[in-house]
Amino acid sequence: MNRGLRWRDLLNVLSGVMMIAALYLVFLYAPREATMGDVQRIFYFHVASAWVGFFAFFVTLLAGIGYLRTRTRASDIVGLSSAEIGVTFTAMAVISGSIWAKPTWNAWWPWLQEPRLILVTILLLIYLAYFMLRAFLEDEEQKARFAAVYGIVAFAGVPVTFMSIHWWQRLHPIVFEKQGAGLTQPMLGTFMFCLLTFTVLYFSLLLHRSRLASLADEVQELTQRLQTGPGGRK
Amino acid sequence: MRFLSKTLAIVWKDVIAELRTRELFSSMFVFTLLLIVIFSFSFDLRVDKVAEVAPGVLWVTFVFAGTLELNRSLSAEIEEGRMDGLLLAPMPRSAIYFGKMVGNLVFISATEAVMLPIFSAVFDLNLIRPVLLLTVFLGTLGFSAVGTLLSAMAASTRAREVMLPVLLFPVVLPVVLSAVKLTAGIIDGVPWASLALWLRLLIGFDVIFLTISYMTFDYVVQG
Repeated sequence: MNRGLRWRDLLNVLSGVMMIAALYLVFLYAPREATMGDVQRIFYFHVASAWVGFFAFFVTLLAGIGYLRTRTRASDIVGLSSAEIGVTFTAMAVISGSIWAKPTWNAWWPWLQEPRLILVTILLLIYLAYFMLRAFLEDEEQKARFAAVYGIVAFAGVPVTFMSIHWWQRLHPIVFEKQGAGLTQPMLGTFMFCLLTFTVLYFSLLLHRSRLASLADEVQELTQRLQTGPGGRK
Repeated sequence: MRFLSKTLAIVWKDVIAELRTRELFSSMFVFTLLLIVIFSFSFDLRVDKVAEVAPGVLWVTFVFAGTLELNRSLSAEIEEGRMDGLLLAPMPRSAIYFGKMVGNLVFISATEAVMLPIFSAVFDLNLIRPVLLLTVFLGTLGFSAVGTLLSAMAASTRAREVMLPVLLFPVVLPVVLSAVKLTAGIIDGVPWASLALWLRLLIGFDVIFLTISYMTFDYVVQG
């Protein structure tokens, strides 16, 4: 119990401090971008959110494999929690990306200029399918099992799709290039720090959400014991 | 060889059953015909624009018809308790997977074989070309590979007809995308170098989805 307390509090404090530092870096330390101006600063949190969105579903995949091999409730909880966090960050990435795209390319969702949008759409749809699958199954064991399988199957195609966009862009260079090539040192440093901050935040949220789920389980178990045990209502 | 004969036994069972009732094939045929009609009216297909929309229309039609087939194929088995019979039979679960997968592939391909000449006529394009037929086969293979697994999952949920497209489409989108790009390239007469990327991608996805579906099928159908 003591050990769990330490990790939670440590991550809380760490992610809080890092986030404040990241905000400082993004708004005050990083230089103003030459062509796009201040709106470019969205990029730091936008890419970091997208990264967490992908990483979270990878964790769901790992949890799925873990569940199929060990059949423990903990694996299922981690898978579900990670998916919830992931869908939130993916939605954040989508919204921030649209806000960035409009002044930059004068389009809210430029499919043709940025094929990575296809990948993000797939990811979002996979997340929604995952939650819908869980919602439409009643049996807890079946729910965990199917969610585990879907987590594995759904994410299987994503890395290859990601690579394919790279190869495709090498053949057909997209005219409006996303920020990536022209990053100066302070920008690169800020970017890396933001990635790290969001990752720490992800793990902190994962710990909290998982703990919430297992506490809910405990409450349900206690309620049942109370109702069916000696002196209970049933 | 024993594994192959068990797989083929399942395929044969499905084919014989279908030949007797022709239920599945006729409904898929009518459905795809309706889709072609609807598309041609909504896009107002004229000769000069047609080549641009043809690949997309083709694959959307195949995907919808394929989803119809997948829904009917496995949900009927599970509803009527035939799945339990299959599970009790002395064969490895992977043989059941491959048997159903090949069966789905056969049925969807049969519909595609009938549809391609009709598409060729409506779009006024020559679609009966070896490379294009290969593309259609590979795309259908990938679709069937992951579709068989996911239809087994969807069949156990409450809203099974809706569940399958929701589960399947995001997963199979890269396959469909590669197939559409390849089809478009073939129709436009693009040089082989740019097409090779999409073909390799399509084959890569087929391999990935076949492998993963085969490995996880057992976890889905166990009682």
